[in-house]
Amino acid sequence: MSQTTTANGFQLDDSGRRVVIDPVTRIEGHMRIEVNLDSANVIRNAVSVGTMWRGLEPILQGRDPRDAWAFVQRICGVCTGVHALASIRAVEDALAIEIPANANTIRNIMHLALFVHDHLVHFYHLHALDWVDVVSALNASPKATAELQQSISPWHNASPGYFKDVQERIRKMVGSGQLGPFRNGYWGHSAYKLPPEANLMAVAHYIEALNFQREIVKIQAVFGGKNPHPMWLVGGVPSAINMHTSGSSGASINMERLNLVESIATRTQIFIEQVYIPDLLAIASFYPEWFKYGDGLASRNLLSYGEFPRRANDDSNASLLLPRAAIINGDLKTLHEVNLRDPAEIQEFVPHSWFRYPDDRQGLHPWDGITEQDFRLGAKTRQSEEKIENFDESAKYSYIKAPRWKGHAMETGPLARMVIAYQAGNQRVRELVDGALKKLGLPLTALFSTMGRTAARGLEAQWAAEQLNEQIALLHATIKSGNEATANTDKWEPKTWPASTRGVGYAEAPRGALGHWIQIRDQKIANYQCVVPTTWNASPRDAQGQIGAYEAALLGVPMADPKKPLEILRVIHSFDPCLACATHVIGPDGGELTVARML
Amino acid sequence: MKEKPTFYDVLMQRGVSRRDFLGFCALTATHLGLDASGAASVAHALETKPRIPVLWLHGLECTCCSESFLRSGHPLASDIVMSMISLDYDDTIMAAAGDQAEEILQDIIRDYRGAYLLAVEGNVPLANDGMSCIVGGRPFRKKFEETARHAKAIISWGTCATSGCVQAAKPNPTRATPIHRLVDRVPVINVPGCPPIAEVMTGVISYILMYDRLPELDKQLRPKLFYSQRVHDKCYRRAHFDAGQFVERWDDEGARQGWCLYKMGCRGPTTYNACATIGWNENTSWPVRSGHGCIGCSEDGFWDRGPFYERLPDMQQWGIEANADKVAAVGAAALGGAVAAQLGGSLLKRMVKGKRGDETPSADDDKKGTQS
Repeated sequence: MSQTTTANGFQLDDSGRRVVIDPVTRIEGHMRIEVNLDSANVIRNAVSVGTMWRGLEPILQGRDPRDAWAFVQRICGVCTGVHALASIRAVEDALAIEIPANANTIRNIMHLALFVHDHLVHFYHLHALDWVDVVSALNASPKATAELQQSISPWHNASPGYFKDVQERIRKMVGSGQLGPFRNGYWGHSAYKLPPEANLMAVAHYIEALNFQREIVKIQAVFGGKNPHPMWLVGGVPSAINMHTSGSSGASINMERLNLVESIATRTQIFIEQVYIPDLLAIASFYPEWFKYGDGLASRNLLSYGEFPRRANDDSNASLLLPRAAIINGDLKTLHEVNLRDPAEIQEFVPHSWFRYPDDRQGLHPWDGITEQDFRLGAKTRQSEEKIENFDESAKYSYIKAPRWKGHAMETGPLARMVIAYQAGNQRVRELVDGALKKLGLPLTALFSTMGRTAARGLEAQWAAEQLNEQIALLHATIKSGNEATANTDKWEPKTWPASTRGVGYAEAPRGALGHWIQIRDQKIANYQCVVPTTWNASPRDAQGQIGAYEAALLGVPMADPKKPLEILRVIHSFDPCLACATHVIGPDGGELTVARML
Repeated sequence: MKEKPTFYDVLMQRGVSRRDFLGFCALTATHLGLDASGAASVAHALETKPRIPVLWLHGLECTCCSESFLRSGHPLASDIVMSMISLDYDDTIMAAAGDQAEEILQDIIRDYRGAYLLAVEGNVPLANDGMSCIVGGRPFRKKFEETARHAKAIISWGTCATSGCVQAAKPNPTRATPIHRLVDRVPVINVPGCPPIAEVMTGVISYILMYDRLPELDKQLRPKLFYSQRVHDKCYRRAHFDAGQFVERWDDEGARQGWCLYKMGCRGPTTYNACATIGWNENTSWPVRSGHGCIGCSEDGFWDRGPFYERLPDMQQWGIEANADKVAAVGAAALGGAVAAQLGGSLLKRMVKGKRGDETPSADDDKKGTQS
């Protein structure tokens, strides 16, 4: 190949040194990145490889549609619940089931709790170590760290003694030689720019956030019994409300339960406002160049299916708190309508994926989706006896399909949602985005970058924490009006269903647009397909050679030391990859093999 | 290899006094049912051992086990990771990636041969030469074999690792294979659940650290201390089952009163787990409390025992069918007698099987459990 221009306008050059990162860590699932560098160590070609394949869709065939949520929820335990939500929406769509207002509100509360939790954990535990040098924190002055903390936030853990204790804890860990998860990190790398005090503050919050995140998900546990993987229900929610009468203390939802939820939501909002957002802005201010690197598709093509219906059974943009729309070719002023049912809009392609279609050049809408495994390596694959050294991206090279919207490769996720909501005139989103950009002295277009993606996620977490409290108030208001219903069982029994029907369930996962498409025949699942956020973002090339969001975002990024792929991790982590989600598709068994008995 | 500080050292470094440390040991010994000398052995163990290296691998799975682990309130996951073990490899949270990450595996195998714990989340797909899960350009199977061979013990986290979970549901397209079926000689502890309860996960780790031995396991290799009681037997709604008070439809009056979910498909009667006692998310709730039946996620093959909302077919306990629809007709005396008869029946059954007091639930028992 050497030098080419892709069908979506990116320059690729694979003539330079090839660098491999496998496994990409601090993500969900298994993925690999290969890049080619030019003589100045700038990335000129990027290859995103999904390396796992679990096969859930055929497992669903023939099962009871009411059970599907539990199966597909196991696609991902990080964005836990969102696949279940998309699934019950798909079944309700297929069977024309209307859910009660309270069920809609409770689903919103559970889902908003996931948004806040997922974003917080992503920032501190999956992404922060790309920006924060743990070892440098040892050189910080606890007093100066306390002053820094007090200057950016009213958060209570702000004394010199507190930071001295945290520093001591890190010192003992580093001094012991047993660094645990910090072992072999890129400490001292020249791409780390934070002063020691900012590093110490961030490490303190890494630990605090690790301890606090377990509180947030208790909201899901109240309504769904457990987290990860809470319980859901086609037709509503399983938790019945009994606020007023005898037996209330035995009911799933009563005054005590809602007070618990409200208490957690209040503390969550404070944590986001006083810890996450100040840290995000402080860290971002030290990395201005990362508001330039990592744009990729962001400034061109963005997609959101919309989320959080204000009104039950109404997924129009008038009802959705975050709108459904697409932006293409960088025309921010035009928000295109998105229709998940239209066979011409969303299609998946497989010429570079380890799957086969009757005609690989054609795309298929998910209702007609086929997922048949076809694992084979291209002629230019480099292999040693031990392992595959380099994949061949001119052939099939990933367990991820290439989804396209009206033929366009799209980016999806918090950045897409925030920009689309901003352009749609969402007042609160505008305030949050404008406020943050003003503090950083940056224009809106700065969002189209690695740090912009990371910032959008934080601002969305703040928005979600606020909405969480509003939805709880709404639940109380509905109950006060005399409505305690949480489930509609009119069509619970399969005998009430049509012989053949199909439905689609939309959702926005923390990582982006998620769709489930179901066909039901004779009360059983006839076909089930999911197109998930990371399938969009980590997409391989398509029939036209268009590259996906990860591959595009890596182009032009300089590496200080090709042996230490910190910059690649920054770009990829800014998308918050979820590979178990992206690569759950399936084909027939590849045949019997030797069982690997050890010894 | 340089001298590693012990768990005791780390506590001292964190400002815990020796007096508090010994108090902690005594409490721990009591909590774990040891006699007075237990406190001394706990203290000795913690004072003399370096933090044990743990390698945490991910096969075919969804990462719900890692997420659950992070939810642990006692001990806190942050304390386990920073002070109790040395979590040297865990691709979900580790700072290093690529070559720097894989190097760690080789270093630990070299420096701690036979002395590290291997924790596996997920299973090994065997179909298609193992190429349904490729890590570092090789099948995950290879990475698993290399690390398993020299481990002190293997902890199989979650139903994915213990029985294949959702990937292994029919038709199991990737031939997802549980960990214990791939290993000889290295001891395996199965900690099932989708995911397991956080405090069960950290409880298993704490137990191994405290006593330097594996907890006692049942025939399915599950720690008896967490998996030998049926959810149904410890359910706070059990009285409603015995009284024939059932939820009949979602959101009906029974649901609003917190009645039994057996008729809505609850798998509590065939599920061995600690959900009803330890609870989830620091005992915030558990599935039955949220109003949904148990789906039996810690049992082998539970995905193929659906549909989940169909009541267990062979549940032949005292007069359910006769009485469920006639609750009002059942008098208190008759009810008491029936419960006593049922309890007597189960005791008799256990004695005949010679298992009383030391029950080891097996897959067979699960099937029969509905009748005991």
